[in-house]
Amino acid sequence: MSDTQSPEPKGAIAKFLAASPDSVGKTIFIAVAVCLVASMVVSAAAVSLRPVQEANALKDKQINVLQVAGVYEPGIDVSEAFAKFEPHVLELSTGEFVDDKFDPATFDDLAAASDPELSVALDDDPAGIGRKALYRVIYLLRDDSGALDKVILPIQGYGLWSTLYGFIALESNGNDIYGLQFYQHGETPGLGAEVDNPRWKALWNGKKLRDEAGDLQITVSKSQPAAGPEFYVDALAGATLTSVGVDNLVKFWMGDAGYAPFLAKLQAGEI
Amino acid sequence: MSQTKKEMLVDPLVDNNPITLQVLGICSALAVTSSLQVSMVMALAVIFVTSFSSFFISCLRNQIPGSIRIIVQMVIIASLVILVDQILKAYAFEISKTLSVFVGLIITNCIVMGRAEAFAMKNPPVASFIDGMGNGMGYGLILLLVGFIRELFGNGSLFGVTILQTVNNGGWYVPNGMLLLPPSAFFIIGLIIWAFRTWKPNQVEEREYKIQQVEAH
Repeated sequence: MSDTQSPEPKGAIAKFLAASPDSVGKTIFIAVAVCLVASMVVSAAAVSLRPVQEANALKDKQINVLQVAGVYEPGIDVSEAFAKFEPHVLELSTGEFVDDKFDPATFDDLAAASDPELSVALDDDPAGIGRKALYRVIYLLRDDSGALDKVILPIQGYGLWSTLYGFIALESNGNDIYGLQFYQHGETPGLGAEVDNPRWKALWNGKKLRDEAGDLQITVSKSQPAAGPEFYVDALAGATLTSVGVDNLVKFWMGDAGYAPFLAKLQAGEI
Repeated sequence: MSQTKKEMLVDPLVDNNPITLQVLGICSALAVTSSLQVSMVMALAVIFVTSFSSFFISCLRNQIPGSIRIIVQMVIIASLVILVDQILKAYAFEISKTLSVFVGLIITNCIVMGRAEAFAMKNPPVASFIDGMGNGMGYGLILLLVGFIRELFGNGSLFGVTILQTVNNGGWYVPNGMLLLPPSAFFIIGLIIWAFRTWKPNQVEEREYKIQQVEAH
């Protein structure tokens, strides 16, 4: 630029600009200045946009809870519809609510799974999750008369490529499945990712977890098991390992290591 | 500068396209083109980053010390990319979930660095801005072409709107699942390069070697 090459720069700033950029002092100055300005821009953006981002993440989770409970329609007021759901922090081993210990509105059970004090490492780990949180946030949906209508339980487990995160919605008897839905996974598009296909998700509606003897019978498989059609969800075509993963994770979370103590209480009418 | 501003903007679309001629930025072109909407957002993000990074780097070009110039360029590019990522997370949450890591990877996109180093360091700000925008658009054009083919034939839809009713949803179209997987973009980009070079034979590179003809005795 011609202005920086003028023969006699006046003033400290002009002199500085005209100096060779390759001097040590100027190199350090430019490095520091660029970093400072860039970090200010980045942090200003991060701080000013954070409330919107957090609201988005929250809304996304709420929409998933609404969807699995079958009350979501495009365009509804999500936070208003979600207000009908009662969040509770559940201690898995006892099946008791511990809402006085943790705030259900803010407790993050996925983060808790990596906190040594709030989780255990699993030796028997069919769902492939490594560590299990001792507490989970679950949601109860009551009908207009106040009677329990549905229970929404978070579930997760490993498929073929990725951990699938989702919710399962049970009827108030704690045994009939209303719906199952994953909100985050990285399975193969067109094959394993068909877990998102509405036609496949609809297969879960009306299935039962346990038979009359109380044994966990729900199965995702290619052919109908002996237990009967009410315990059987057809596996995804061309996605054997994703189907096995879903089978494992549903059995794990509905079993004794998962929500079984809570479901027993639910069936006994203690919730 | 012999190029006019319009040429600088239009030239990278076909004649000097960063993907088809220079074969840069392939990684993200494979990853994000399984749907048209995501390709579109990625294209806009790259156009924004290339044009503004070129602009800012060009403003500073006489002050950037040669010894740390790449790092200074990276800092500017990275800041812009983080800005885009934050904005997407705030205002296009669903799409930002799909793009996930690939927005962040714009930082390492060779097109952005290439334009900064090859053009913006030697040219005035406005010209650099237009050059960056042109190259971003060249990248975006290919992304949209690939995204169009992959979403239409892989999923039977465009921008999420069903065009070909797929068998899974009770229609007649059996989708080509391979088109939804990243490797398919290799084939499509290869075919696009072939088409471009057939149309504009001067893009064909000279062979680096010739098979020697040995005369038989």
